[in-house]
Amino acid sequence: MRLVLHVWRQKNPGSRGRMVRYEAGDVNPDMSMLELLDVINEGLMVKGEEPIAFEHDCREGICGSCGFMINGIAHGPLPASTVCQLTMRHFKDGQELYLEPWRAKAFPVIKDLVVDRGAFDRIISAGGFISVPTGSAPDGNAIPVPKEDADRAMDAAACIGCGACVAACPNASAALFTGAKIAHLGLLPQGQPERHERALRMVTQFNRENFGSCTNIGECEAVCPKEIKLEVIARMNHDFIQASRLRR
Amino acid sequence: MEIAADRFYTSTIGKKAVMAASGCVLFLFVVGHLIGNLQIYEGPEKLNHYAVLLRSMPALLWSVRAILLLMLALHVWSSVQLAVRNIDARPTGYVKKKATQSSYASRTMYWSGPIILAFVVYHLLDFTFGNLNPHFEEGNVYANVVASFRVIPVSAFYIVAMLLLAMHLYHGLWSMFQSLGFYHPRYTPVLKRSAAVIAILIAAGNISIPVSVMAGIVR
Repeated sequence: MRLVLHVWRQKNPGSRGRMVRYEAGDVNPDMSMLELLDVINEGLMVKGEEPIAFEHDCREGICGSCGFMINGIAHGPLPASTVCQLTMRHFKDGQELYLEPWRAKAFPVIKDLVVDRGAFDRIISAGGFISVPTGSAPDGNAIPVPKEDADRAMDAAACIGCGACVAACPNASAALFTGAKIAHLGLLPQGQPERHERALRMVTQFNRENFGSCTNIGECEAVCPKEIKLEVIARMNHDFIQASRLRR
Repeated sequence: MEIAADRFYTSTIGKKAVMAASGCVLFLFVVGHLIGNLQIYEGPEKLNHYAVLLRSMPALLWSVRAILLLMLALHVWSSVQLAVRNIDARPTGYVKKKATQSSYASRTMYWSGPIILAFVVYHLLDFTFGNLNPHFEEGNVYANVVASFRVIPVSAFYIVAMLLLAMHLYHGLWSMFQSLGFYHPRYTPVLKRSAAVIAILIAAGNISIPVSVMAGIVR
């Protein structure tokens, strides 16, 4: 099959980028989006041109490295998947695809389709952890966890930090990401001691990073490759409001 | 305590909580306002008597007005602050961007809100102060309503404003629960459906008045 790509090319963070058109003939329908870019890049390198920069690591949808907009949808039109899981058979022969990096003030473009998601790391550093003594491993099942809580914590923990929620949000808000982390830890008994402090610190950091606010419209939920639900945002709101009220 | 409140309001979540709470009060007013005004169908005496009754308790009337003004100010100011922040959060837009699951109403809150506010200002000048109503008669609410709604553009503006109010409420009514931290996989879908029903009922009730005047049912 044949595809026409319009890809955002930007040399470095300071330079002005633009959309560049590439034609890919003889595309294998079973290729992933990243493999298609690999093939295009091989052609570019043979011609002596700069290959398209994009982030990738595991290529099986669990690391959260890859991700860009395809025709205005984060990770492309296939729900619950990352761009490395998106195969070309989901597109029509001759279709035009627009590939753009995540757009947010908090995610500056480094090069082409690669953005700096360091803001997510700083939100995690602010409180996305539990404090435990190091040394000997704790006894397994020493702290009972209700099955439903474990399931819900696991659902929230599925967040791979890819940034699609920010990219899809009209306000470039990191509410789904921050909510997923707060819900993941706050649902477990091990997360209780720092639950309020965590909500206060992570939300404060999320606000410091120039992300927008949540308007509860749900675009993030729709594009999340791990299908994280808006419920985690309500939980973050709940924890933050309660923590603000109880703080002395 | 003062610092804690400041920290709370500085956060995006604090501002959304303020918007939810103030929006809830404004919604309750919209319901009360509609129920009061539906007395127009019971004739001029009933409606005008209701107006006199409201004015007969100035302390209560002005307390309610003060609370509503404060809520309106909080609602508008928080939304302006958040809107500025949200526009700033994406300085470079997309060449292509597609909305996937969000409702039209939810994406246009920043439009429906200001238009409803403009409508409220017009509405007060029309019926409360009478500046814009050439046939304004102090205390004769019934006649004022009929005189205004006989003018087709006025009625049309009212109807459009009420449709926008329905959209605003459709998103706002369930969204306020989310902003205040309540979500449940079983009850949130019920909230969303209820929000739609309530929004439509309120719009239908309000729109019925200009329609009835134009149709000659209320005269």
